[in-house]
Amino acid sequence: MVLRTTAVRLSALYFALFLICALVLVFYISGLTSRIMIDQTQEVVHEELELLGRAYRTGGVTLLISYIDRRSRQPGANLYLIAAPNGQVIAGNVESIQTGVLDKQGWTETAFTYGRFTQTPETPIHTALAEVILLPNGMRLLVGRDLREPTQFRTLVRGSLALALGMMVAGALVIWFFLGRRALRRIERMSRASEKILAGDLSQRLPIQGSNDEFDRLSESLNAIMARIESLNEGLRQVSDNIAHDLKTPLTRLRNRAEAAMASGEDIEDFRTALEQMVEESDQLIRTFNALLMISRVEAGSSAAEIGRLDLSQIAHDVTELYEPVAEEAGVALSAEIEDGVEIEGNRELIGQGISNLVDNAIKYSAVRKPEARVAISLETAENTVVVTVADNGSGIPEEDRAEVVKRFVRLDKSRNLAGNGLGLSLVEAIMSLHRGKLEFGSADPDDEKWPGLCARMIFRR
Amino acid sequence: MSTQPVSCALSKFILERGALNGAPMKILIVEDDLEAAAYLTKALNEAGMVTDHASDGDIGFYMATENSYDVMVIDRMLPKRDGLSIVSALREKSIDTPVLILSALGQVDDRVTGLRAGGDDYLPKPYSFSELLARVEVLGRRKGTRDNDTVYRVGELELDRLAHEVHRGGQKILLQPREFRLLEYLMKHAGQVVTRTMLLENVWDYHFDPQTNVIDVHISRLRSKIERDFDTPLLHTVRGAGYILKAES
Repeated sequence: MVLRTTAVRLSALYFALFLICALVLVFYISGLTSRIMIDQTQEVVHEELELLGRAYRTGGVTLLISYIDRRSRQPGANLYLIAAPNGQVIAGNVESIQTGVLDKQGWTETAFTYGRFTQTPETPIHTALAEVILLPNGMRLLVGRDLREPTQFRTLVRGSLALALGMMVAGALVIWFFLGRRALRRIERMSRASEKILAGDLSQRLPIQGSNDEFDRLSESLNAIMARIESLNEGLRQVSDNIAHDLKTPLTRLRNRAEAAMASGEDIEDFRTALEQMVEESDQLIRTFNALLMISRVEAGSSAAEIGRLDLSQIAHDVTELYEPVAEEAGVALSAEIEDGVEIEGNRELIGQGISNLVDNAIKYSAVRKPEARVAISLETAENTVVVTVADNGSGIPEEDRAEVVKRFVRLDKSRNLAGNGLGLSLVEAIMSLHRGKLEFGSADPDDEKWPGLCARMIFRR
Repeated sequence: MSTQPVSCALSKFILERGALNGAPMKILIVEDDLEAAAYLTKALNEAGMVTDHASDGDIGFYMATENSYDVMVIDRMLPKRDGLSIVSALREKSIDTPVLILSALGQVDDRVTGLRAGGDDYLPKPYSFSELLARVEVLGRRKGTRDNDTVYRVGELELDRLAHEVHRGGQKILLQPREFRLLEYLMKHAGQVVTRTMLLENVWDYHFDPQTNVIDVHISRLRSKIERDFDTPLLHTVRGAGYILKAES
């Protein structure tokens, strides 16, 4: 189970790569070291031979032998051997030598074994590299250097490299164990939390440690997604509750009409009237559904609506003109103060719908005050906002209800007897958030306690 | 959902309409919902039109290219080939029969894509039959429209499109610009039922749903101006459908 995790697989892979590199390094360094040591040996030996050669040329064999004698006795001396043409050892510090070494001139290609006159006899056999030359009188001269030192050095280098690597491996394993295990545990905790979420507990959140590392950041983003899903889900639940509740009323009415017509309808005229009422009722239901669909489409985001440059002043004029006869008929004085040539980015239909919803409401709720009823539409620009205001002098919306009225199907008690589906302001709110603007409510005349009026402001950024 | 009974109030207007002209209009219905198609067929036949029905996109496209129709009513979502692709393929073949697209997607931008594909009108489901019939009528008559006429006449009512003047029986009637456009549209489609949504769409160029019946108020204003001093009514309300402008015969 643990072996199947990505962390373990990746660690194993890195570990293998690391090991291969480390081994290559060890062999390369130790090989390089012995190469350098051998080169050095050859150089030293060569110098000795040249020195001895000069001695031979100036003082002949006698001087050479005395030189060799002297040098042989120095501690840590090189190997020296001078042999007669028949192979008999004449002088030097070599007691015995591997057969055949003296027969070849020049460098011995491989290390050879030899014995040595020495004060400490415990290691009589050594290995060495040497150069052999043939003297003009037929004698052979061997100068060599013991290989113990380079071999020891190489062993030492190898040993310490291996030790260092071993410690690194051990350290890596320890670090991996603790860090990896910690990371794994956190992932484990995250997946446990996710499982709970999947099981339906949308209030569950992924754990956050507070270290602000990538795990925390991931958890935070996922938690934000969860919060959004939760609120959407909550909204959806609320809406479906509301739909169920609010559509039941007209559906019941529809059904009652049909039933009543069936039970007590006398002639074709009765049935016709009942059917006409029912068609009207169904149309109202369809309008409600359309409004609901439109809100959710608008809320779903900008991809659902085409946004372009539009003349907001023109739309405000259009809506004013569209509602002017309605206002007149309702006994409401409709006035407009619209700044000309104001352009914004937006969807013409939606903004037109938004303004007309506000105007519709304003006329509806101020009409009770006729003949003093007034509705004012205005469009004005500020530094970086464009505001469409629809103000009336009706009874207004109490401050504590202002957040409520934009929710779907919410109708305040005093408006229950007026026509409407409780979706108008929800749609305006959705339209404003699609346009990254705001819908704000205020009192048109806060000092008037009885008729504060409502001042609805569509605030667009530009 | 789309099987509302043909409104009884409509029957009168249907009968009147049927008597209005000689050659019946030929309609192609491309709709996969057989019940809806049967309802449409029946209702359009009752309205004096001749209908063909295709139940999927391929058959629909074939019939649309092989026969000639006055209007095609095409559902947007169809098996085998969707409605919009049929319309754009027809337009590519230079078949410009007016098309009314029906769709369960009724939002503003669905309408835009529908019209962009080459549709002439767009009606979201569920539609009322009177709305559909009115639109089919208007589309069917479009070929011989009065787009080029500079003066529209209905009875003694005269509208001069160039001079922007309206007269009735030699008496000048003063109209606001929007009232003029409203009357212009009604006169252009004189003798045909136009619905409130058609008026909002064509006179105001908005497709949204005004909550109050704003159009009715505009109509009654216009009506009072063109009928106030005269005995014969011209602008009639068709219950459950819309309005019709015609001289009483």
